[in-house]
Amino acid sequence: MKLDLILRVGTKLMLPFILIFAPYVHFHGDYGPGGGFQAGVIIAAAFILYALIFGVGAAQRIAPPSIVERLVPLGVLIYAAAGLPAMFSGQGRYLDYGVFGHEFAHAHEWGILIVETGVITTVASTMLAIFYAFANRGRQ
Amino acid sequence: MIMFIQAVLLTLLAAITIAIVRQRNLFGVVILAGIYSFLMASVMIVLDAVDVAMTEASVGAGISTVVLLAALYLTGSREYPPVHSVALPLFISAVTAGALIWGTNELPRFGTADAPIHKHVAPEYIDASRKHEMPPNMVTAVLADYRGYDTLGETTVIFTGGIGVLLLLRGRRKRVKNDAERGETAA
Repeated sequence: MKLDLILRVGTKLMLPFILIFAPYVHFHGDYGPGGGFQAGVIIAAAFILYALIFGVGAAQRIAPPSIVERLVPLGVLIYAAAGLPAMFSGQGRYLDYGVFGHEFAHAHEWGILIVETGVITTVASTMLAIFYAFANRGRQ
Repeated sequence: MIMFIQAVLLTLLAAITIAIVRQRNLFGVVILAGIYSFLMASVMIVLDAVDVAMTEASVGAGISTVVLLAALYLTGSREYPPVHSVALPLFISAVTAGALIWGTNELPRFGTADAPIHKHVAPEYIDASRKHEMPPNMVTAVLADYRGYDTLGETTVIFTGGIGVLLLLRGRRKRVKNDAERGETAA
């Protein structure tokens, strides 16, 4: 892999753009196509590209498997927890976003953002964890 | 013009499907499947479903190609010729395909505005998201707000799927390691 100069330099040029594109897709999901799911896949794709070119070991130093695997359930928990404030404050039912702000549109924008953060966390970490599982099996 | 683009894309999809069936080299099959996903994403863009196109391009053409290539690295990249006769599977596939194509006769014509799917809850969502000044991308409003429970379920499905794959791929390795340790202590 040491002589793949073009691939290495090309990847290094592309990675920052991929990593910026992911939050763009995430936060711009309210206005354009995209959202948490697509953004999560793009983040995972950036790490997988890095792992393919620079080796799985290098990628795992940046995103250790132990942390990635903990993020998988964390995303679901963030999503599920987003529904609780409305329930416990008595202002609405489960997953009612009215509690996140005074104005309707504003509150729901926040609600959608929190929920999408849960989605992006689970999707990105699941994709990456599956890739790690395959890559580590090949090594033995 | 749109009809022409659709005809080209669908013809290419059919050609690639035939190529996938005939190809015995699995590396070629994986690459063809990636091309298939990209064509499918283009079809989605022509149908104005940009969100779906984005998902198809990133998951279908990107991630699953990488995962399938990783699987090939573990298994080998040559498909063995079939041991049994292909007559029965071919018959079942032909009958199923025939039944599905026959079933499309009953469906409303593509693009009709008064199809049942546009009359059920869709008008409510469109009216409500206008009235409440929801995000301009109505897909996001429907996915994450009006149908928030469904998306919570979908996220749980991804979580469950991921955990299942991890257990399948990693469970065995731990047991082998434990066996080896036990073997060492016994020796």
